[in-house]
Amino acid sequence: MKIGILGFQGAIIEHERHVAAIGAEPVIVRYREQLPELDGIILPGGESTTMGKLLNRTGMMEPLRDAIAGGLPAWGTCAGMILLAKRLENDPARYLALMDITVRRNAYGRQIDSFSTSVEIPEVGTGQLPLVFIRAPYITETGAGVQVLCRLDGHVVAAREGNLLATSFHPELTDSDVFHRYFAGMCAAR
Amino acid sequence: MTKKYELNKNLAQMLKGGVIMDVTNAEQAKIAEAAGACAVMALERVPADIRRDGGVARMSDPAMIKAIQAAVSIPVMAKVRIGHFVEAQILEAIGIDFIDESEVLTPADEAFHVDKTAFKVPFVCGARNLGEALRRIGEGAAMIRTKGEAGTGNVVEAVTHMRRMTDDIRRVKNAGAEELMSLAKEFGAPFDLIKYVHENGKLPVVNFAAGGIATPADAALMMQLGSEGVFVGSGIFKSGNPEKRARAIVQAVTYYNDPAKLAELSENLGEAMSGLEINTLESKYAERGW
Repeated sequence: MKIGILGFQGAIIEHERHVAAIGAEPVIVRYREQLPELDGIILPGGESTTMGKLLNRTGMMEPLRDAIAGGLPAWGTCAGMILLAKRLENDPARYLALMDITVRRNAYGRQIDSFSTSVEIPEVGTGQLPLVFIRAPYITETGAGVQVLCRLDGHVVAAREGNLLATSFHPELTDSDVFHRYFAGMCAAR
Repeated sequence: MTKKYELNKNLAQMLKGGVIMDVTNAEQAKIAEAAGACAVMALERVPADIRRDGGVARMSDPAMIKAIQAAVSIPVMAKVRIGHFVEAQILEAIGIDFIDESEVLTPADEAFHVDKTAFKVPFVCGARNLGEALRRIGEGAAMIRTKGEAGTGNVVEAVTHMRRMTDDIRRVKNAGAEELMSLAKEFGAPFDLIKYVHENGKLPVVNFAAGGIATPADAALMMQLGSEGVFVGSGIFKSGNPEKRARAIVQAVTYYNDPAKLAELSENLGEAMSGLEINTLESKYAERGW
């Protein structure tokens, strides 16, 4: 199974290591020609404005949007969640705009407000999962077809809509590969 | 290691593959963000102007930094003088995302750097070699950059520092376990961090290039030499067409291994900043700090 990681900017090798650790083949994606070979794609954490601008400038935005709209499983972590969202509460920009969620950017504040915690998310795996939030966004509204996977202090921080998965936090920064296995399951079921 | 320090190293990880641009006002900050910068460094004068004007260079006016924070959504960094922990306290109080304890400003302390473990916000520090990097990390730095030679538009010192870092790391990695304490002594670095480098073959924090990067080719050169991202100071807003050059450098960092793409990106950028020969400099900023 080939799992792509959008390779423009951000925590790319962290995802690459986890994908390799669960026995899938990681592919760093920087060219549109790489899209057809993928079984899924991860949109990593980093700066959403940087990645969004590079998607537009490199002509990757449309083919990537088409591929995901056509069923390619996609998982956005943090900045990747912003790329997937149909609506951003505090930003006029729209990127892939595929997932029926409203996202608030930098929702927890500045770096001094970054935090980590752990919770159980039965849908995804057993036991406590470590969650790392870095200048993180959260979801303020979900559409009818969106399944909420995790709420923290009343805010939605993980959700799924069909082939789309979005997390405010960064499983790739932890030692847990539970989320990567869950996403690989989505890719396998395609 | 505290949870906060881990989170601060994590923020540096999110900046990887990105370009951090020096900006002196909200308008430049917006240009940098629009070009795709992953963060901006707020300062009153870019290094080339500090070099030209002389005098004591200090932390920027908090009002100017706040205006930049209000203008962009990407992380905002700012510089403090080496050892000036009160300037750092002030930046922490205004909610800065990253503090650069920088040799570009005039050092405030001849003997000591800031105790960075006393702060909640992350620090980035310059280094010329592994020992210097590990001393700063030992003091609590969450990110390292080469010192290079800021404000010169001359990449030679950044290359020297990055190559030196890579050589030093290789040496520690390949050493026998019995050599590590002697290496710690030789490098003047904490033993536990020497041990980390020996076991992992890399620094325990993200390592960017800085100091003299002026073109997309310079940025890609530093990436091919092993940098995880770049800082561009005077190179953008001292050039003929800052918007275009900034965009090109952002893409050059992503496509650093693609010469055809780099050729395309390097076309018609207008005039680059005028550069300085290192041996004509009155003061080498890289020699500040220890």
